[in-house]
Amino acid sequence: MLLTFLAVTVIAIIRARHLFAVVMLTGVFSLLSAALLVQLDAVDVAFTEAAVGAGISTVLMLGTLTLTARRERVPDRIPVAPVLIVTITGAALVYGTLDMPNFGDPTAPAHHHIVPEYIEGSEKDIDVPNIVTSILASYRGFDTLGEVAVVFTAGVGVLLLLSGGGMAGSRRGGEMDESIAKTPQADSVEPPGKGGATKGKEDGA
Amino acid sequence: MFQFIASHYNYWIVIFLMMAGFYIVVSRGNLVKKIVGLNIFQVSVFLLYISIGKVAGGTAPILTGKPELFSNPLPHVLILTAIVVGVATTALGLALVVRIREVYGSIEEADIQAANEAMEQEDVKAAQ
Repeated sequence: MLLTFLAVTVIAIIRARHLFAVVMLTGVFSLLSAALLVQLDAVDVAFTEAAVGAGISTVLMLGTLTLTARRERVPDRIPVAPVLIVTITGAALVYGTLDMPNFGDPTAPAHHHIVPEYIEGSEKDIDVPNIVTSILASYRGFDTLGEVAVVFTAGVGVLLLLSGGGMAGSRRGGEMDESIAKTPQADSVEPPGKGGATKGKEDGA
Repeated sequence: MFQFIASHYNYWIVIFLMMAGFYIVVSRGNLVKKIVGLNIFQVSVFLLYISIGKVAGGTAPILTGKPELFSNPLPHVLILTAIVVGVATTALGLALVVRIREVYGSIEEADIQAANEAMEQEDVKAAQ
């Protein structure tokens, strides 16, 4: 049922021309997927998706919209090549799922490699009741370390791009630079008191 | 037959969402909409992983002291990481869009391409 809602939302996103509506529908999409994740027993993931996907992403996109355009230009014709490519790829993927184990099958190979040891060990080795936490922070702690590195790199990239460090010469320099200082993505490089809030949330997530 | 469809319905809807995101990325010229498409693609991959991790009759993987059947916690961990990385790439992409708009004055692919071609022609003229 929720999956059907998701499909309907996506069709609405494809059809919408007003970018503000598109961003709002993306928030709806994230929230619906969070509800679906709860159904699938992934409560931690649902929590993160609701906070990060429906919250921060939407705020970032709205910030971008205020700096750029509100409407999308309508293409003059229905593009044939993309429809073809997408249909072929989709058909190949569906063919791939035919061999997959049934949904919810407890004998599927994914559940039998290393996961039983994690579930056993979570109580004995780490003594944290939430198994997801014990895997995230302990068994696979290096994954999280790598993730922090990625987020840091992205943060540095965003700052370099938005502080106007100017690799390419800006044609409409002064006027645009002022509006950048007002973006929620701007951080400590910009004058104090104008940014930082959104950035901090993102790093904390 | 009906059981087969019911047991693969999740995967197929996920594939539909994935292809919808892919379609937005390749067919739309607006850069913000392309990033929305990437986001949809991403979320559908998350749903695919979590669907694989679901065990029928299982509960959320939190120990309560009673013996219980848990869903697979490993995909949850991987996707938790992926969500945060996803928002980082989204932020970077949107920053690039802002920067492109600053230089080209537009976020439509067609305009940007036209501006690039005009600049190249100017360069050729200047060289002559």
